Amino acid sequence: MASHSEARAHEHEAWFLDNGKRPGLRGFLTSTNHKRIGMLYLVAVLTFFGVAVILGVLMRIQMLSPDSKFVSGQTYNVLFTVHGIMMIFMVVIPGIPTIFGNFFLPILIGGRDMSFPRLNLFSFYLYLAGAAVVLVSLALGTGPVDTGWTFYVPYSLNSTVNAPMAVFGVFLLGMSSILTGINIVTTTHQMRAPGMTFFRMPLSVWGLYSTAWVQILATPVIGITLLLIILERVFGIGVFDSTKGGDPLLYQHLFWIYSHPAVYIMILPSMGIISDLFPVFSRKNIFGYKTIAFSSLAIASVGSLVWGHHMFVSGQSDTASVLFSLLTFLVAVPSAIKVFNWIATMYKGSVKVDPPFLYALGFIALFSIGGLTGLILGALSTDVYTHDTYFVVGHFHYIIFGGMGFGLFAALHYWFPKMFGKTYDYKFATVSFFVLFVGFNLFYMTLLILGWAGMPRRYYSYLPKYTDLQVIATVGSWILVVGLGMMFGNLIYAFFKGKKAEANPWGGATLEWQIPSPPSAENFEEIPIITQGPYVFTKRKTDAEKEKKE
Amino acid sequence: MEEREKTVGSRIGMWLFLLSEILIFGGLFLLYAVYRAKHPVDFHNASLDLSRFDGTLNTAILLTSSLTAVLAIYSLQELNKPKRTILFLAITIACGLAFLVVKAFEWGAKFEHGLYPRAAVLLAKPPGEILYFGLYFTMTGLHALHVIIGMCLLGVMIGYVRRGKASHEHTPVLENVGLYWHLVDIIWIFLFPLFYLIS
Repeated sequence: MASHSEARAHEHEAWFLDNGKRPGLRGFLTSTNHKRIGMLYLVAVLTFFGVAVILGVLMRIQMLSPDSKFVSGQTYNVLFTVHGIMMIFMVVIPGIPTIFGNFFLPILIGGRDMSFPRLNLFSFYLYLAGAAVVLVSLALGTGPVDTGWTFYVPYSLNSTVNAPMAVFGVFLLGMSSILTGINIVTTTHQMRAPGMTFFRMPLSVWGLYSTAWVQILATPVIGITLLLIILERVFGIGVFDSTKGGDPLLYQHLFWIYSHPAVYIMILPSMGIISDLFPVFSRKNIFGYKTIAFSSLAIASVGSLVWGHHMFVSGQSDTASVLFSLLTFLVAVPSAIKVFNWIATMYKGSVKVDPPFLYALGFIALFSIGGLTGLILGALSTDVYTHDTYFVVGHFHYIIFGGMGFGLFAALHYWFPKMFGKTYDYKFATVSFFVLFVGFNLFYMTLLILGWAGMPRRYYSYLPKYTDLQVIATVGSWILVVGLGMMFGNLIYAFFKGKKAEANPWGGATLEWQIPSPPSAENFEEIPIITQGPYVFTKRKTDAEKEKKE
Repeated sequence: MEEREKTVGSRIGMWLFLLSEILIFGGLFLLYAVYRAKHPVDFHNASLDLSRFDGTLNTAILLTSSLTAVLAIYSLQELNKPKRTILFLAITIACGLAFLVVKAFEWGAKFEHGLYPRAAVLLAKPPGEILYFGLYFTMTGLHALHVIIGMCLLGVMIGYVRRGKASHEHTPVLENVGLYWHLVDIIWIFLFPLFYLIS
């Protein structure tokens, strides 16, 4: 089979070459091919990521000294709000499902495209429209939104800033997310190749599939909550307004009913991809395939019932707090199952630490720190002490940046040769990983310590005793940004000047590695017939190894 | 085979979409449940201000429109009579329009009596009644928006049947629009007792 596809490589045309009715950029922007849409998302998401990183750095510069006048207090409020909105709703939530889900889901299950290609393109433009509305809202009306990314009432109702428009933008982003979810669930059910049973799917597909369900079931709730904010601001309907009998706490409930599951929308696809990487770089079947697959579903379902742990100090009943705390500890179990299974996969494997795997190992380290600090926040008594401090900020960035972010970087380094048919400099990628990793820990570990020492979040100034740690954190953030620059620089250089990549540089056994790099518009010459699981390595070798033998 | 798979696929996609639509209203039903439990007497008093006649009339109109939507699909799928399908689709749209007209009169009456958000008359009332009307306008308003979207989709379907894009052999899109219209209907079936009947 492998030699067949190599022979065909000559006649095959890469997916990004012009062969359609509309050439050039226009062909890209109007194509319904899943790989081109994935590429559009890649550019858009990484652009917003870059902007949001810059906003974060500006905040850190403000924190260099207690009486810094770099930005005003009001500007600082806007900075952390827009940083949050952009990162959460434009980068982290859509990130992996829209980029790699679109690009690789059909290939991984042996299909030619997503179930609804036109809906797919529509959801991309809905995403762009949502992002545009949010960004334009900053320049229009009564001033940029300063409510924090959570839009908590009563502040978002009393504040005069242009929150309704920003909220509407987030609403559009949510609709786009629902449509992507519908597409992924249907594709997983409908487009699998013959013989591709659910338990022969790569675990990255399980990750995307579980995520898509959460997207469909949870996102509508925040949709309506955001609409209610707009209606409240424009018409004063009263449902969250305590002067009219409304209950502001209900807003928090509705918000977190979505926004906690959203954390799993962020992390589950990443976990799926990590589950794909461990077998490949250990050259050994995954340990506990089914437990990993079902733990994704368990996280998706139990994770929908823990939202109250964001509200321990909000005045909800003690019974509710105890139950939510218990459920929060429960949801740690399936996450831990995954981590132990990944580590067990390496046991007695033939481990090769190539750049993608390095990022996967970084994921485990950072995600574990994030998860364990999460237990401190999930316990009722310690949460009272640490809530609304830098400890929460540190924990969240360990989970989301260390988890989802490093998962995204791992996926980028893993699939880059496949997507563009170019190979990047491994040594430089390794060095930039370590710069990134050191900067990351210097920055966010310091935030954890600062939080434990009592530094509240969202303040633009602080007591002089925190100065040293604040400076260390800011220096850490600079190293982090240098690491990011090196990593993306390396990949962008490879995109233009990289050497040609082989079809299967890592020796992967999943379907994407059985077709040429880069894949053609149609993915497969013939739809493959699947006879075995995704991690059977015994008979497969990388191209280089094959050449040696011959 | 391919064709059948696509039909099944589009059906799965549509049901998932309907699920998300139900959850959008789910958030509002949750608010309704909480506030009703908190202010049972106020909710009772406020519901007396609504016209049960208008509500019942609108329920009858929407139920009829669901029937005609089914008949439209049946005429194409089983009887292969596109002209009859177009007729039934037109009747369905007309029912939607009638619903909106009745709704407009109802809302107009509320505005006349000062029963709308931020009106002095309403704000003088106890908190439960303010919330009741806040929810009433939000939920029936969002529902009316769905009626309008549904009517537009039905209109597009008339064009589809005319140009043969939806035909005896190929009805999935028409069926999906039918499903959407039934969703619009069934949401009203829940709104009607919650606002008009329970007191």
